[in-house]
Order: sequence, then structure tokens, then C-alpha cells
Amino acid sequence: MKAQETRELQNGQSDNAMVEMIDMHKWFGDFHVLQGINLRVEKGERIVICGPSGSGKSTLIRCINRLEEHQKGRIIVDGTELTHNIKNIEKIRAEVGMVFQHFNLFPHLTIVDNLTLGPLWVRKVPKAEAEETAMFYLEKVHIAEQAHKYPGQLSGGQQQRVAIARSLCMKPKLMLFDEPTSALDPEMIKEVLDVMIELAQEGMTMLVVTHEMGFAKSVAHRVLFMDFGRIVEANTPVEFFDNPQHERTKLFLSQILH
Amino acid sequence: MTIAETVETQTQDIKPPVTHVGILGWMRGNLFNGALNSILTIVTMYLLWKVVPPLIRWAFIDSVWHTTGKACRHAAGACWSVVWDNVRFILFGFYPFDSQWRPLAAMLLLFGLLFYSQNRKHWKKHLIYVWILGLFVMGLLMKGGLFGLSSVESTKWSGLPLTLLLSIFGLTAAYPLGVILALGRRSKLPTMRWLSIVYIEMIRGVPLISLLFMSAIIFPLFLPEGITINKILRAQIAIILFTAAYIAEVVRGGLQAMSRGQYEAAESMGLNYFQTMRLIILPQALKIVIPPTVSILISAFKDTSLVVIIALWDLLKTTQSVLANPEWMGFSPEAYIFVALLYFAGCFSMSGYSRKLERELSAGEQQ
Repeated sequence: MKAQETRELQNGQSDNAMVEMIDMHKWFGDFHVLQGINLRVEKGERIVICGPSGSGKSTLIRCINRLEEHQKGRIIVDGTELTHNIKNIEKIRAEVGMVFQHFNLFPHLTIVDNLTLGPLWVRKVPKAEAEETAMFYLEKVHIAEQAHKYPGQLSGGQQQRVAIARSLCMKPKLMLFDEPTSALDPEMIKEVLDVMIELAQEGMTMLVVTHEMGFAKSVAHRVLFMDFGRIVEANTPVEFFDNPQHERTKLFLSQILH
Repeated sequence: MTIAETVETQTQDIKPPVTHVGILGWMRGNLFNGALNSILTIVTMYLLWKVVPPLIRWAFIDSVWHTTGKACRHAAGACWSVVWDNVRFILFGFYPFDSQWRPLAAMLLLFGLLFYSQNRKHWKKHLIYVWILGLFVMGLLMKGGLFGLSSVESTKWSGLPLTLLLSIFGLTAAYPLGVILALGRRSKLPTMRWLSIVYIEMIRGVPLISLLFMSAIIFPLFLPEGITINKILRAQIAIILFTAAYIAEVVRGGLQAMSRGQYEAAESMGLNYFQTMRLIILPQALKIVIPPTVSILISAFKDTSLVVIIALWDLLKTTQSVLANPEWMGFSPEAYIFVALLYFAGCFSMSGYSRKLERELSAGEQQ
């Protein structure tokens, strides 16, 4: 099934790109964190990004919704180019969901209020409809019974699933995951990954920074390996894991796969 | 006998020693647990025995309540007559004697509104309209000139209504201004940031008294001829500007306590700056800084008594002027105790309310 999808994606037209990065650079002060990124993400494509810490993988996906600002090159998200135009930035952010390593739920709001906030204030959806959507996605992440609790009353895994539901409530066209399981206790990782796999099966376009290689093997169309601000290797999961091309990729894989 | 039975009989038989329960146990645990604490307890009790009974004797048993100033001089205890005989002047000052029910009604209305607003269930849109209507009625009562109420110049406003006017409007206007200044100081726009910094540092660099002087004496010199601005209003503005600078710094502390992740989560949903601040950042930041904010509000409330130096007759000044009357000269402890009790009631209800608010706001979020 996945192979067929990949073929369809490869045959896609050029206007089928969800994200397009052309020779994109970013510096933190003098530190050249992203050094000429060229990346094209098709609609419906699922990409896993891995690499050693400090390689720029988080920064890369944070540039897509401009939590970080790139300084050179172009980023085009769903046909809109990211510039200083604040209206465009807000428009893109509304279309792009993001899940953080530390969940970043709003602790002063109940779970259901966390979920309805975006639709109410950004999409201007009526309250009843927003609440209905919120309950729908809470069901989907198997956590509907917690709707009226506060984030602090939930476990880490539950909080992360709420965070995913919160992003989905905005009906995003693209989901970014920034190490979604790194801050979780081992026994909670699976419940979050399961939700992400379900999401993948529904055809969501996803960019996932993670070291969960099992997840990469089962859902990714492509795996990118980053090091020193560059995309060193990009390949299908099968090729990537069984037949890595670069020395650095091999070294990295040997370190994380034991 | 089984083991379970053995355990049961044992637990039933053994009771805690008498010295560990009841009054004796409490005293042993809290008053006499050690040589030093025992000595401290005895010394404290001796001091209380020396101070409290004479105080009660002075204040209640030997005191006189409804006499002339002359009769007071023969009394052994407190002369509360200085308060009761002059209570209307202390509270209302130069407000026309026959119309003093009007400031009284205005104050009662104000207390009623404050009491109604303290319940968070009432924090809805209609509360704004209730306050607008309430303020209009209070203004009408104080100022008059409509509906057959005789007009009373604001120069005659004095005593407790003036103190409440200066403090309550001072505090309610200073709070939002302080929040705006705090946001300004953290703004990415250089102009906004520098304006806020200069403002906050300048105001914090001068004492309130000098601001009041400027508002009373220097500011009118710059106004075009023929234009005057009400003196109370000028003092009010000085108090607002002063308090706002302090609130701004406290709120800034709360904003800095917020993690970067909260901003990023809000922004990544597409919320704009104002929505992020209003819905996500401020509700959390302001809650963190409730205790220091209330400290500032309490000290600002007490600082309104400084307006005496620009010849506004607030509660403290009317009390002083009663004591300047030869008949009542020398009874200042009684009069000042009365004023202190009024201030205490104001400050204590503020801090009590802040504790209640903190408790309510963090009810669900504790973990």
C-alpha cells in the first residue's frame, strides 16, 4: 500500500508540493545552523527527519511555520511564500499544525478549552461547532473522558495526545512533530506513536523529527538524515536502514540501533 | 490464638500516653518543647499579662463615649468621644452638613458594587454596564446639580469619600496601564520598548510627593490661560501614573516567568500578538504575580494619604484638623486608632480577597 502511495506521490504535478524549500539558510548569530536546504514535501507525504543533536532538524521544521526565521533562500508552504508579511505567516500557521517535545498545552485552560481556542479565535468557528470538533478529536486520540480536566492532571502521554488533538482541531493540511516522544516515559511512547500512526493512515502530510526508527519504518515515505545543517541522505525507509550510503549515516544508525 | 488476633488485641490495648494528646499534649508540643521555648513562652505570657488587661481597661472599661472634650479630661480611659462627636466631619469633611447622606449613599453603593464584583461568577459583560451605571449614580450623588440635588463643588469633597475615590480609581486605572507598560517594555518594537523603559524608570526615580507637587503646582503653570483642571483629578492622575510604573515591573516579572513554549504553542496555531497575550500569556502571568501586585495596591491605597501636602482633605487630614480644635487637642491616639482601623479594614479585605482569588484560580490546575 505504501509503495503504491509513494509512486503516486512521485508522479505528482509540480503544484502538488505542500512545502518547498529552495537553498534555505539560517544562522543563529555566527552559527550557520542550516546550510542550504533543498526539500520538497508532496501533499500526503510522510517524512521522518533524524540526525544527531544540534544537526538542525528541529530548526528545519520550525522554519516551516516561522517559529524560526530563515535568512536566505525561499520557503513556500501550500503555495504561499514565507516572508515578513505577518498576515501570510498567520495564514500559514493556521494551516500547519505543530506538536512539541514538551506538549506546551495551556495549563490555565481545561482540555476542551485548549482544543477549541484555535478554532474559535483563528477560524472564527461557532462555539458549539468548535466543541463538537474538539470532542470528535478527543475521541480519536482515546481521551474524551478527560475533556474537562486541566492539563496538569494528565500524564505525559495523555498530554501529548491532547496536544495532537489540539492541532487537528484546526484541520491542518500539514502536521509538524518536533520530537513528540522524547520527553515521555518509555511506557507512554507507544500510546502517542499509535495515535500518530492512525493519523498517517488517514493520509495526513507529516514531517516528524524523531528517533523512533520503528515508526519511521512503518509509516514514512522518506527518511532524511541531517548532520551539520545539511540533509546528508534522503531515501525510502527500506533503503535508508538496509543500505545507507554515507559513512555518517552508517555511524549514526549503528549508534541508535545498537 | 492466631496472629491476626494477637495484632488486634495489641492495637486495641495500647493507647497514646496522656502527655501526647488533648490540651496537655498540645501545650507540650507547641509551648514547652525544650528549655528555650519554655522560657520564651513564659516571657511572652508575662508580657501579654502586663499589656493586654491595661489596654482593655483603657479602651473599654474606663473609656468614655458620649461626652464633651472637657469631661474627657477627667476620664481615666480612652476618650472615644473625640471620634463619635466628630465622626461626620472626620468622614465627610467640608461636604455640606445637610447633604452628607449623599456621600454616604455613594459609598454604600460603591461597597455594594465591590462586594458584587468580588464573585467570579459575576464577571460577565453585564458587570461593565452595572459599573457604568453605578459610577454615574455615584458621580451624581457627589456632584449633584441634577434631579433637584443641590450642586456641590468638588473642592468640598473630603474625608473618606475622597480617600476611596483617589484609591479605587487610582488602582483600577493604574492596573491596566501597568500591564500595557509591562508589555511595552518587552515589545520587539524599539520605540515602544524605549518609551516604556524611560517612563517606568523616570517615575520610579521620583517620590510620589514630588509627583503630587508637580501636578498641583508646576503642571497648571503650563496650561493656557483660562483653562484649569480640577485639583482632585490632577492628584488622581499623579497617583495613577505613579502606581502604574510599579505594577508594570511586577507584571514584567510574571511575563518573564512564562516559558517560551507557551508563546510558541499560541503562535503556531495562528493566534496574533493580542490574542496570544490576552488568551494565553496574561491570564497565567497575572495570576503568578497576584501577591506582589496586591502589595503594591495596598501600599498605593495607604499612599493616597500623601495628598494632604497639596491641601486635599482626605480622611487623615480631616482627622488632624479635628485634633487641632482646642476642645479635642491631645486625644490623638483615639482618633488615629479609629483611622487606622478604617485603613486596616481596606487593606485586610484586599489581601484576603487576593488569597481567595489565588485559591480559586489555581483550583483545577494543581498537580
